Amino acid sequence: MNDTSGLGDDAQLITLDVNGTSYEVITAPRRTLVDVLRHDLRLTGTHVGCEHGICGACTVLVDGLPSRACLMFAAQAEGARITTVESLADADTGELGDLQRAFSDHHGLQCGFCTPGFLMLAQGFLTERPEASKEEIREVVAANLCRCTGYQTIVEAIDACATARRAQRAAGTEETSCN
Amino acid sequence: MTSVTENQLVGRSVARREDPRLLTGHGRFVDDIELPGMLHAQFVRSTVAHGLITAVDLTAVRRVPGVVAAFTAADLGLGDITARLDRPPAEFVPTAMPVLARDRVRYVGEPIAVVVARDPYAAEDGLEAARVTYESLPPVTCEEQALAPGAALVHEEAVRNTLVDVSLFATEGIDGIFENAPCVVRVEARTGRQNALPLETRGAVAQWDAREEQLVVHTCTQIPHQVRTVASRCLGLDERAVRVIVPDMGGGFGLKCVVGREEIAAAAAALRLRRPVKWIEDRKDALSASFLAREQHYTARAAFDADGRILGLDADVVCDMGAYSCYPFTAGIEPLMAAGEMPGVYKVPAYRVRGRAITTNKAPTAPYRGVSRPQYVMVVERLMERAARELDMDPLEIRRRNLITDFPYTGVNHITYDPGSYLESLDLCEQALKEAGWYDRQAAARAEGRHIGIGYSCFSERTGYGSAAFAARKMQVVPGFDLSEVRMDTGGAVTVTTGTMSHGQSHETTMAQIVADALGVDLAKVKLHQGDTDRITYGWGTFASRSITVGGSAVRRAAVKLGDKLRAIAAAEWGVPPEETELARGRVRRRDEPGIELTYEHLADIAYLKSHLLPEDIEPGLTATAAFDVTTDGTFSNATHGAVVELHEGTGQVEILAYVCVEDCGVAIHPQVVEGQCRGGIAQGIAGALFEQITYDAQGEPSATSFMDYKVPTAHEIPDVTIHHLETPCAFTETGAKGAGEGGTIGAPAAVLNAVNDALRATGVELDTTPITPETVHRALTSPALEQTR
Repeated sequence: MNDTSGLGDDAQLITLDVNGTSYEVITAPRRTLVDVLRHDLRLTGTHVGCEHGICGACTVLVDGLPSRACLMFAAQAEGARITTVESLADADTGELGDLQRAFSDHHGLQCGFCTPGFLMLAQGFLTERPEASKEEIREVVAANLCRCTGYQTIVEAIDACATARRAQRAAGTEETSCN
Repeated sequence: MTSVTENQLVGRSVARREDPRLLTGHGRFVDDIELPGMLHAQFVRSTVAHGLITAVDLTAVRRVPGVVAAFTAADLGLGDITARLDRPPAEFVPTAMPVLARDRVRYVGEPIAVVVARDPYAAEDGLEAARVTYESLPPVTCEEQALAPGAALVHEEAVRNTLVDVSLFATEGIDGIFENAPCVVRVEARTGRQNALPLETRGAVAQWDAREEQLVVHTCTQIPHQVRTVASRCLGLDERAVRVIVPDMGGGFGLKCVVGREEIAAAAAALRLRRPVKWIEDRKDALSASFLAREQHYTARAAFDADGRILGLDADVVCDMGAYSCYPFTAGIEPLMAAGEMPGVYKVPAYRVRGRAITTNKAPTAPYRGVSRPQYVMVVERLMERAARELDMDPLEIRRRNLITDFPYTGVNHITYDPGSYLESLDLCEQALKEAGWYDRQAAARAEGRHIGIGYSCFSERTGYGSAAFAARKMQVVPGFDLSEVRMDTGGAVTVTTGTMSHGQSHETTMAQIVADALGVDLAKVKLHQGDTDRITYGWGTFASRSITVGGSAVRRAAVKLGDKLRAIAAAEWGVPPEETELARGRVRRRDEPGIELTYEHLADIAYLKSHLLPEDIEPGLTATAAFDVTTDGTFSNATHGAVVELHEGTGQVEILAYVCVEDCGVAIHPQVVEGQCRGGIAQGIAGALFEQITYDAQGEPSATSFMDYKVPTAHEIPDVTIHHLETPCAFTETGAKGAGEGGTIGAPAAVLNAVNDALRATGVELDTTPITPETVHRALTSPALEQTR
């Protein structure tokens, strides 16, 4: 294993809960969460675009809320639930989740570099606000940068996913009431 | 046609092959590559814009915990990167770009030394400990300074700081035309310096492979073979001893279609240390010290007759190319594009142009999506609008009178334009905005004192530049052709290689569509491999909207050849001539008796595993290679863009209310991908028109080095785009397709600028310079002329 941990005398042992798995990591205090996710845990789906919190390519969920993993030290994430893009597909079958399918259907990605950040941003937002309108979705999408798509298809993908989830829930409720 | 196309894939928006891995976080970008024993490189960079290096002291760097090595130019002894044009000294001055600066620095951020450490954090620590001393020279930071008599010289050999100076065409009698014309209009325009800004910064991982005797360089480049050439020459290796592999790429837009100094330096460090070395550029370096583009100054005039017909175009273009010529294109990339193609979609009978590239103490420039066309289209469209105002004509009517309608058309710039839908796209764009009610809404808004404007741009985009087109620019290395190999394995699965390099354009899908159609197999049977110099003999990569036109044609030719071989094997089995066979859904069948057929699996079995059955004139194996080049002037995609903007008085903000694009790229292999290219391109064009600018202070210090200072538009600023398609197939590409990569970016600045000027009509203010800042708009909206109209 090559040494990318930047360990010094001040190395510390931390425990990170990522996608429901508990990891013990020995790390230097100055290492960011995104570097530990990518280079120590080898979860390279989360990307680094600016390292100053603007572009959002590194967006992950911290206790369910979209957060910039480049602006947090890994040690600060101890005790929190971290969720990354690797969690979105079915763990057993690899089948894409509904949000991922919507991005593909609407061509909401081209080079794919910003995509994990947008997926996690949308996943966190729709969980918090399932009734979001397209305009609200656009506002949230404006939190991250994409250089390929012009954003329209990202907004459409998230809106389509939100609409489908609402329809599914409504159908589920109906079914329940019929029973 | 030999293939049966009842299930044709070309023209259908099939599911993208790239998507599943990118959506699940299983793409492999360069920073995802981790090799055993890998070290991490960063660069000591110049802190002054112009100076002589008097000392580089890396002693303290080497003592920093975690630092393994630090090298200056003298330590590595690398050859320079030099790009050339075959033009006389009066027209072009070659300049050498050292991989690491030796005795002189020419921009803030120029790499001076490479620091290699156990981890990226330690490499950054190492940079802090470097001591470089300079003897400052006067910085040259703008055109005015560069061209002033007695100016400091960025390169001693480049007098007047001029690298390229060409005067072209100069139609006989053009001065008389301007003297006698009833209407002459002028535009002076400047366009801001921009960064193409792929969201993935540049980066490389290099490793010496002792067994293969090869330096393997994983790097995010649009031109893998050209990186191989430069790396081998700088390092003194045979070209076969360098293998360039391109993983998934997070965009490029031209910034990655030149050879970077840092990727060569990282490779040199890996070679020296015999350990893998990774370099990942940070965003500050990407904004200030990579490659920039688009800083141009036009002084242009156009003569018209009383009916609005253009009589002549006369332009002077100065492009600020920064400190060095990029490889392979040289500093001529922007001025030669502008000078050669400025007449664009209009029937211009007389033309004269002077195009210059000047050198300044700023980061160098690379091609950026559209290359000069967003700028000159903007200038020509401003000239059209101004003439319409002078002659009191409808701005669309004046365009209709001048648009090329009879094809092929050979212009005053000696370029022959293949058929397009110039007039039709304008008509449809106007109709779309009318039917959406924007003209009525504009009238109503104006009555309320609001400032709504509608603007258009008409343009074409040469795509599929072949070697003839690049040779006309007199490049010493002439891009143009591309290669493909298509092979079938013993089980009938198909592998395609190409010299093009997709970085968001979906070639794994679109090239596979072309091959699947040519062979009559399912899409899933076909897999594209690209970006590996050991997998394909040569290629020119992906830029200039060339991949589908040139690469796609090579791919189709190779696939057809492979199909011919399958037919020949089947024909031999049946003892009939190959002409009496055809391909049909994974089988070769007899034309006379379609019931008689052999599957590809059966034929592959013969070709590889029972080759004793083959007749003497058929070689074993199922491999076909093909090349394609465009030997004419190229093929022209075209479009009309229409923008509706509202200017907000209080803030000076330009809000885009609607945007319509009517595009024609011939046969669209995958319509959804074409639309994606349009929308993304338009977003970048809007970014240049309204938001982005790389700025410098008087000392040449860059002042936009983070996303706090360089305003990249978000979903807030970029509108939804309505797209309409027209289809004028290309007669000489194998698929009928034209390129679609750059058009969006080309058309947007002109449409937005014209819309802003339409909204400003009552103020008497006309704007010709981008980016259009809120300050400019606010000042225009508070002009005295506007007060008088109230």
